Amino acid sequence: MQQPVNNSSLSATPRGATSQGAAALWTLLKKSPAFLPLIGLLLVSVAMAATTDHFFSSDNLINIARQVSINAIIAVGMSCAILSGGIDLSVGSVMALTGTLTAGLMVAGLPPGLAIMAGLAVGIAFGVGNGFFIAYAKMPPIIVTLATMGIARGLALLYTGGYPINDLPDWFEFFGRGNVLGVQTPILVMLLVFIVAYVLLDHTALGRYIYAIGGNEEATRLSGVRVSRYKLLVYALSGGTAAIAGLVLTSRLMSGQPNAGVGFELDAIAAVVMGGTAITGGRGSIVGTLIGAIMLGVLNNGLNMMGVSPYLQNIIKGVIILLAIYISRNSSKRS
Amino acid sequence: MNTILQLQHITKGFPGVKALDGISLSIAAGEIHALLGENGAGKSTLMKILSGIYRPDAGSIVVDGQAREFHSYNDAIAAGIAIIFQEFSLIPYLNAVENIFLGRELSNRLGLLSKQAMRRQAQAIFARLGVEIDLTAEISQLSIAQQQFVEIGKALSLNARILILDEPTATLTPSEASHLFSIMRELRQQGVAMIFISHHMEEIFEVCDRITVLRDGQYVGMRDVADTDVAQLVEMMVGRKLEASFPPKPMRLPSAPIVLEAREVKLAKDSPANSFQLHQGEILGFAGLVGSGRTELALAVIGAQPAWHKEIRLHGQPARLGDPADALRHGIGLLPESRKAEGLIIDFAITENMSINNLAKYTGHGLISRKRELAATRAMMAKVGVKAPGPATRVGSLSGGNQQKVVIARWLNHHCKILIFDEPTRGIDVGAKAEIYRLMRALTGDGYSIILISSELPEITGMCDRVAVFRQGAIVALLEGDSIHSSEVMRHATAGKQ
Repeated sequence: MQQPVNNSSLSATPRGATSQGAAALWTLLKKSPAFLPLIGLLLVSVAMAATTDHFFSSDNLINIARQVSINAIIAVGMSCAILSGGIDLSVGSVMALTGTLTAGLMVAGLPPGLAIMAGLAVGIAFGVGNGFFIAYAKMPPIIVTLATMGIARGLALLYTGGYPINDLPDWFEFFGRGNVLGVQTPILVMLLVFIVAYVLLDHTALGRYIYAIGGNEEATRLSGVRVSRYKLLVYALSGGTAAIAGLVLTSRLMSGQPNAGVGFELDAIAAVVMGGTAITGGRGSIVGTLIGAIMLGVLNNGLNMMGVSPYLQNIIKGVIILLAIYISRNSSKRS
Repeated sequence: MNTILQLQHITKGFPGVKALDGISLSIAAGEIHALLGENGAGKSTLMKILSGIYRPDAGSIVVDGQAREFHSYNDAIAAGIAIIFQEFSLIPYLNAVENIFLGRELSNRLGLLSKQAMRRQAQAIFARLGVEIDLTAEISQLSIAQQQFVEIGKALSLNARILILDEPTATLTPSEASHLFSIMRELRQQGVAMIFISHHMEEIFEVCDRITVLRDGQYVGMRDVADTDVAQLVEMMVGRKLEASFPPKPMRLPSAPIVLEAREVKLAKDSPANSFQLHQGEILGFAGLVGSGRTELALAVIGAQPAWHKEIRLHGQPARLGDPADALRHGIGLLPESRKAEGLIIDFAITENMSINNLAKYTGHGLISRKRELAATRAMMAKVGVKAPGPATRVGSLSGGNQQKVVIARWLNHHCKILIFDEPTRGIDVGAKAEIYRLMRALTGDGYSIILISSELPEITGMCDRVAVFRQGAIVALLEGDSIHSSEVMRHATAGKQ
């Protein structure tokens, strides 16, 4: 990478306001927790563009954005959980439960708006349940959400009898297949969720507390913050984003699938961690998570376009995830 | 006497402090030698040097007339020295035999563990100590005293001839302690030398032969137990010190209203009930040894740790303090004992650390105004004198004194008028200490009331208007005015009886 060297020489001998501004911007960018993930995304994209024909075509880029949207939406809630020093393994199952429930209620003739609200409410309720056991019963997040992961999946299977729920009202496909002013709805929903999360994490007290709890929960508690309350909110948020993702997926498939979302929690964790968020909490950014999710999407897309066997794809993705985390860990130790 | 261990002119410095300055000490076989001194006198550093954990800057360790250099704990063990730490080094889910032989298990010709042989050896060791230990039980199932006996057994199985016992009785009941003493006497008969660190005078007089006193890293003197008494030892420990520059104490107004009253605070069902009152504008000291229950009482009062029973009145009104957030609402702030573990979020900048419990001040329509937050931070940094490049500086890169000021500023930015300072100057250099002392006095002048928990006697005597002395979980004395004197505080904190 030549660029950093160039710019540091610029800042050493300032020649004009523009170069100074660029240098300042560069140091700001370099300090940002999303810096390394961004470099990683660029590297992966360049590699994919070099080995495939149509990687940078607008069709393919939109394709990637739509493919990553569901994982990215879940990763927002996951980011909050991980930043606060916890984790939420139940998101994939909660997706399936909210998707099938919404589908079932619509097919049963409930007003569609009400069905969607019910789906969201169930997702959030599951999050509140997780949060209660974690924040108030003081149980470890990994255990609590592992248990509710099984419960949510079981409820989805029980509710559907194991069969997909089809014949949804036609207009419902708007969320997964529709578009607004040419932008596909899943991408739009994803962007909306990210904007809300960005404001929440960077500009509200709740966001500050989430970072603080992950950074030092005891210090936060002793300074008079009601830590348990905010931890509960974190898991409610995570349940909420899982529910939104569940609705988008159900609409995309036009079918409530009880087996949807298996393993999605792992992709979401990968996106968060590749986005530069410390798995121990306290450090990271929501922008990084978006970049991490896109990086995973680019990998999937590029490897598919290259015709790499799915078995080999898993191995390559795993190695790249390891590499990304190794680099971000070492850089955080140095700082 | 048959000298087994000699320390000659041991010196050890850490950045900014001389922890040990030319300490010499000699221990005879079959002797129990007490090491006495205040917190920070250098006892722990000396023991860490003796057990190979630290290396001295100068001086030598002579065992059996032979100079030795210890590069690790293993070297010390090879020389026959073993240390029984305050925090046990036993694995809680293994039994006594497995713990004793951990890392040097005996095996038979097939390479399998010879459990029988290890068990027999362990039995022999415990027979030598005269204790009965259930060899099949997990360590975590044993009492604290029994765990300690296992530690001692482990040391003996390593052929230790010099045992260091670092405050072994701190966690024992009186009857367990006397059992420990009988074991120590038994080992003395067998020629084992012991260095015994304790703050409790009566224990030292009960079991020790000679006493060496350290103060501020210097050797003060050595006495035979038969030739000394509590008063003399306290005098040696306290001595005359280079006092830090304490601001003058203002005249106390007898009419100052009571801002905080704690009545009958009990941590557990059968723990002592403590009561105290805090007047407006005063500094009330909580003095006592480490582990005497000062911090626990303060935390229980503000609801940071559960209490079995408590009754709190603020400005005469009953108040329910269920957690630190309640305390904050009622205007009570805490500067915790450990800055890094309990005070600061080390990855956060100064701003975020200062405003963590103040965010409502800067929030409008749900959003934090970064501009107002930074402005307030700059103002507070100037007020308490935080030296840093700017409000966005990470607190992890600040010195201890500046870190402490950040935590203080967090509360001053609030409506809090009652502050609890738990060891506010621990690990802070002299200059920053003096600044914090001045700041505390300036605060009381502004109507703040402060509880100062401190293990440093000069700090207690130099800063406090009144002092509550703690011993074994109870407030045993309340000193005022001229009776706030180092030796008086120490006497109440250690012996009680003379």
